[in-house]
Amino acid sequence: MALLLWGIFGVDMNVWLDAFLRLQIVVIVMTVTVMGLIYIERKFVGRIQMRLGPMRTGPYGTLQSIADALKLLTKEDIRPATADFWLFELAPYVTFVPVFMTLLVLPFMEGWFVRDLQLGLFYIVAISGVTVIGYLMAGWASDNKYALLGAVRSAAQLISYELPLVLGVLAVSMVAGSLNLNDIVIQQDTVPNLVLQPLPFLILLTAVLAELSRRPFDIPIGESELVGGPWVEYSGIRWSIIFALTEYAGLWAFSIIGALVFLGGWEWPFGTRDFWGDFDFVYQLVLVFSKSFLLILTMMWISATFPRLRIDQLMAFCWKILLPFGFLQVIINGIVLTYVEDSETARDIVLFLTSGALVVAMAYVIYLATRQPSREERVGAALAARSAQ
Amino acid sequence: MAIDPETQVEREFETQDLFVNIGPQHPATHGVFRMVIEVDGEVVRDVVPHIGYMHRGGEKLSEHMDYRQAIGYQDRTEYLSQFNAELCYVLAVEKLAGLAPPERAEYIRIILTELNRVSSHFMFLGAFGTDLGVFGTSFTYAFREREHILDLFEEVSGDRLMYAYFRPGGVAWDVPRDFKERVEWVCKQALIGADDMDKLLTDNEIFIARTRNIGKLSIEDAIDYGVTGPMLRASGMKFDLRRDEPYSIYDRFDFDIPVGTNGDCYDRYLVRLAEIRESIRIVRQAVAQMPDEGPILPERMPRMLRPAAGEVYMRCEDPRGEYGLYIVSKGATQPYRCRIRSPSFCNLSALKHMTVGHFVADAVTILGATDIVLCSVDR
Repeated sequence: MALLLWGIFGVDMNVWLDAFLRLQIVVIVMTVTVMGLIYIERKFVGRIQMRLGPMRTGPYGTLQSIADALKLLTKEDIRPATADFWLFELAPYVTFVPVFMTLLVLPFMEGWFVRDLQLGLFYIVAISGVTVIGYLMAGWASDNKYALLGAVRSAAQLISYELPLVLGVLAVSMVAGSLNLNDIVIQQDTVPNLVLQPLPFLILLTAVLAELSRRPFDIPIGESELVGGPWVEYSGIRWSIIFALTEYAGLWAFSIIGALVFLGGWEWPFGTRDFWGDFDFVYQLVLVFSKSFLLILTMMWISATFPRLRIDQLMAFCWKILLPFGFLQVIINGIVLTYVEDSETARDIVLFLTSGALVVAMAYVIYLATRQPSREERVGAALAARSAQ
Repeated sequence: MAIDPETQVEREFETQDLFVNIGPQHPATHGVFRMVIEVDGEVVRDVVPHIGYMHRGGEKLSEHMDYRQAIGYQDRTEYLSQFNAELCYVLAVEKLAGLAPPERAEYIRIILTELNRVSSHFMFLGAFGTDLGVFGTSFTYAFREREHILDLFEEVSGDRLMYAYFRPGGVAWDVPRDFKERVEWVCKQALIGADDMDKLLTDNEIFIARTRNIGKLSIEDAIDYGVTGPMLRASGMKFDLRRDEPYSIYDRFDFDIPVGTNGDCYDRYLVRLAEIRESIRIVRQAVAQMPDEGPILPERMPRMLRPAAGEVYMRCEDPRGEYGLYIVSKGATQPYRCRIRSPSFCNLSALKHMTVGHFVADAVTILGATDIVLCSVDR
């Protein structure tokens, strides 16, 4: 076992065997993380809602995910009689495979990925755009009007939010001067990109919520109106592929990307340092995972408290606010990187100031666009009073 | 943002509107209600409501029962504001039979009725948040308070939902000894809950964007459709039967009638939130005035109610609007005719007027803000 690990982590070996073993590790880690994430979300949201969450299966309900998985796997496999066989059967895989493929280029610790791509970031954005085809396939093949509405909504939403996602990532890669995730992380040893580029971080966070169809952007799913959108006819194992694997693996993958690209991955705050020699990967893993879980918990918090947006509000937010500011950030980054060449510190300060100014500007534009009358005016004096206890 | 249904976009190819069937089993319909909506893309062009899935003939059944046996049917008709419906029924029977309840029973009834209004409005707040896509958070917050109230009701009447506790002439049995302290504690908790809901939803940007100017109803339209209750008051009409036609002992309390200005879903939400606080005010006054000792039924209560021939129409302010009961007696132990004027049914009639021109998601919001009880619609 030790030899095997050594082979994967250090010694050069057969390239295919190496890739295969790394792939197995990624699959196992992903499955375990997804199960953990489902449990964490149920507990975390439960606490927000003054519930205990799962408590009966195992100590503190820790075995709940396993019980759920067993239940879903043993359920009857139902397909509507009028469904399009191949599209219906394949749609879950078409949504899941792109999410899984993004995991192939993620460095979970220094220099450890399944494949080191120079265009890693580009590859991730490109491949995750394929998911929308699965949504459309499922919506069309289910022969259900809810599913069709959900599919059309998701096509509009996912394609629109792809653009701010790309722009946010592009702005960061301009600063880093690379699309290789490993290089982007190593370059953040002193200052994480979150400080240099706060606006792209916010854009990315919003766009990821929309890409994953999580609340408040769960318009295609819309449980209270479309009852599950494209996935309304799915059940059993196919539904578990969509729900468990795609949703949570996507959440995890995107939060790892956020942690690597914006929060400094394993580099910040310690820098490349030799703590325990060959076992440095332990603290690197801990850093990457804790940062990504911080992002995941933020997204869960957002999703537990906000109502759902309407489709026109969602599209307007993308095309009128996120996209122009994404373009502005890219243009300004280009100018700054071309003309501020004195020193790295000066460049960083200018980047921080410009992006920070853009964040303020975007906040102001959002405020203007969504401005509502003040509480007194909106609510009326008679209704506004809070009760004095 | 309503879109004029007459607007036709120039299209290069033939398109066809899609008919989407929402219900009878659908999370947004709050029961078994079915609406067929005609959508053009995302915009609703037409709404056809279908009701009757919950019809149980409660009106007809009560014509074959003793006056006191039929109280349970009122619970099952208005299953979220049972005491309100019961109060209306027993008041109607009292009017018919010429019974006068003792003081203490009147106060017990008012306290329970107003607390029931609070619990019903909490149910609305929770369900409305869920309709808008809050992931259960508003639901659990609202249900925490509702649970306190239901616990009290269970202690008083012996049942959590189907109380059957009021009787013509008073109430079935006396309340527990620590009733006043319990009510005071429940009031305090309900106000905390109302403030929590206020903080969670009222100033939430997305909540405002989703509900403001959605499903507008002018005063004239509201009156034409026979809309009553919080929906009518949200449109700006200051009409409340507790003040305008005081029944029971409502003329002894000091309370405000919250009215909205816009007549949209946001105002409907605000009016209901404000009514929770007003109801708590009434409950606190009633607790202060309630006599500690005293009978709960009239001294000479007939064993069998046999009202003289005649008819009566009694209307009460239900959490959803005007709950009316028309009872005809021919001098027998059973009513000759019992007819319910349900507020949910009349409020639902304005659904098409409010929904057409909005988005599909808004149809769910508007139906949620109408706050119907399907058992009451179908009776």
